[in-house]
Amino acid sequence: MALDELYREVILDHYRNPRRKGTLTIPHIHAEGQNPSCGDEFSLDIAVDDGKVVDAAIQGIGCSISQASGSMMADAIVGRTVPEITDLTRQFKRMMSIEDGDNPVDGSRPGSVLGDLEALQGVRKFPVRIKCADLPWATLEDALAQLEGANKGHGDSET
Amino acid sequence: MLDAAAIRKDFPILEREVHGKPLVYLDSSATTQKPLQVIDALDHYYRTTNANVHRGAHTLAQEATDAYEGARAKVASFIRAATPREVIFTKGTTHGLNTVAYGWGLEQLGEGDRILLTVMEHHSNLVPWQIIARHTGAELVYLDIAADYTLDLSGLEDVLDERVKIVSVSGMSNVTGTIGPVAELAEAAHAVGAIVVVDGAQLVPHLPVDVDTLGADFLAFSAHKMLGPTGVGALWGRAELLERMEPFEGGGEMISDVQLHESRWAPLPHKFEAGTPPIAGAIGFGAAVDYLTGVGMDDVRAHEIEITRYALERLAEVPDLKVYGPADLDSRGGAVSFELADIHAHDLATILDEEQGVAVRAGHHCAKPLMRRLDVASTARASFYIYNVPSDVDALVSGLMRARQIFGVG
Repeated sequence: MALDELYREVILDHYRNPRRKGTLTIPHIHAEGQNPSCGDEFSLDIAVDDGKVVDAAIQGIGCSISQASGSMMADAIVGRTVPEITDLTRQFKRMMSIEDGDNPVDGSRPGSVLGDLEALQGVRKFPVRIKCADLPWATLEDALAQLEGANKGHGDSET
Repeated sequence: MLDAAAIRKDFPILEREVHGKPLVYLDSSATTQKPLQVIDALDHYYRTTNANVHRGAHTLAQEATDAYEGARAKVASFIRAATPREVIFTKGTTHGLNTVAYGWGLEQLGEGDRILLTVMEHHSNLVPWQIIARHTGAELVYLDIAADYTLDLSGLEDVLDERVKIVSVSGMSNVTGTIGPVAELAEAAHAVGAIVVVDGAQLVPHLPVDVDTLGADFLAFSAHKMLGPTGVGALWGRAELLERMEPFEGGGEMISDVQLHESRWAPLPHKFEAGTPPIAGAIGFGAAVDYLTGVGMDDVRAHEIEITRYALERLAEVPDLKVYGPADLDSRGGAVSFELADIHAHDLATILDEEQGVAVRAGHHCAKPLMRRLDVASTARASFYIYNVPSDVDALVSGLMRARQIFGVG
């Protein structure tokens, strides 16, 4: 039953008890995203030290899928380096058929970096809801682009 | 009273299944389904008559023109317009409202002038006026809603004075179903010399409309929300105002003469119909109007009151469900917005679709300022039309109970 695969307990738990909810007092990067068609909103603060995300905070309004995806994402990125997060994002998007649509990754295979995020696999069967799951990740990509820009700017000023 | 069961036989799409369940279509405020009579009119036109209108001397051109202008006459008579010259075919309500905003607002407004709107407007009756205000320096002022979700007219005299040049209001909210007090507003607006524009997208499909008693100066509506095809609508305006209004778009068909540096406009209504119009769509619109006239708009309204009454009764049985809209059936139409516990509207829509084949709208309904006013991020909306029957409501309620179960509410 597709609905049972969509609304797994772990998703409802993250929806009702989002992890890392709030803001960072001194975030390095702040990014906001929204889905104009449905009104869902998501904001992300991250703190980065030596190329590694050391803290993250999220806020959002939206459906269980977008908010659970954001909560799991926030948990997953803390402690990871930027290249690791880029890889995680790519794997998530492949699992969700957002990239390489005809070759979805089996997130449950051993060695997967996705962890809890695998619970979102069920969204694949509901194409109109994939954009819900993707909202936090699009926001994360914006945050990482800002970070790259800031680093570049910093590097330029030194030379 | 109309026979919804008999009417359903005219709508082939209602025979289809969704996830193995019969389709329960509760999204008519977004767009209605189409009866065979409309589908056949489009088919017949393309098979037998297709030609451009007002251009050729050949037989097909004449027949297409007659059918197109015949549709205009039908739409005019449907809203009791004085003459078909007062009915302009548009792409839809949004296009009609923009035609007035640009054609009248941009020309007539300036610094110090005001446009009076309400917080319950659809984006299509907000954004064009914001653009015109930016261009002209005019100011937007708003009427609020009351606790019972009707429009609050208690502060009307505070906002409606000689500075107000345009009042633009929804005839029926697509979110709360609230019927706008157009006649009362129009009287007050005319007393200070303002013109009145009505967003009739939800009004015209659901209530008998007589533009004379409505009291408005302009009325915009869409075919696809009243059994007709997408891509076509109508803008009605009082002839004397249409004569004074500037065209929003220039092009072929809307001119009487064109020179290198200037042109003269065609007479009404063609002055506002630049380019090849949606000919088949307009003919389908005419067929839709014929269908509704056959059913009778008084019966359409009576049916809608009954199905909405039943829906509100049954929804009241669902624990933790909150309806955003008037309880008084005379103050509302058949768009019923609601929230269920902490279950987001999109999750409700997915569950209703998957479990019961029920189609509802979820989200902000293109009325973000109203959602903020109601302090809600999104709602689910069930909306009814002539083909809906009580068992449709029962399927909705069953799906909502299932959603409670899936989300472990209660």
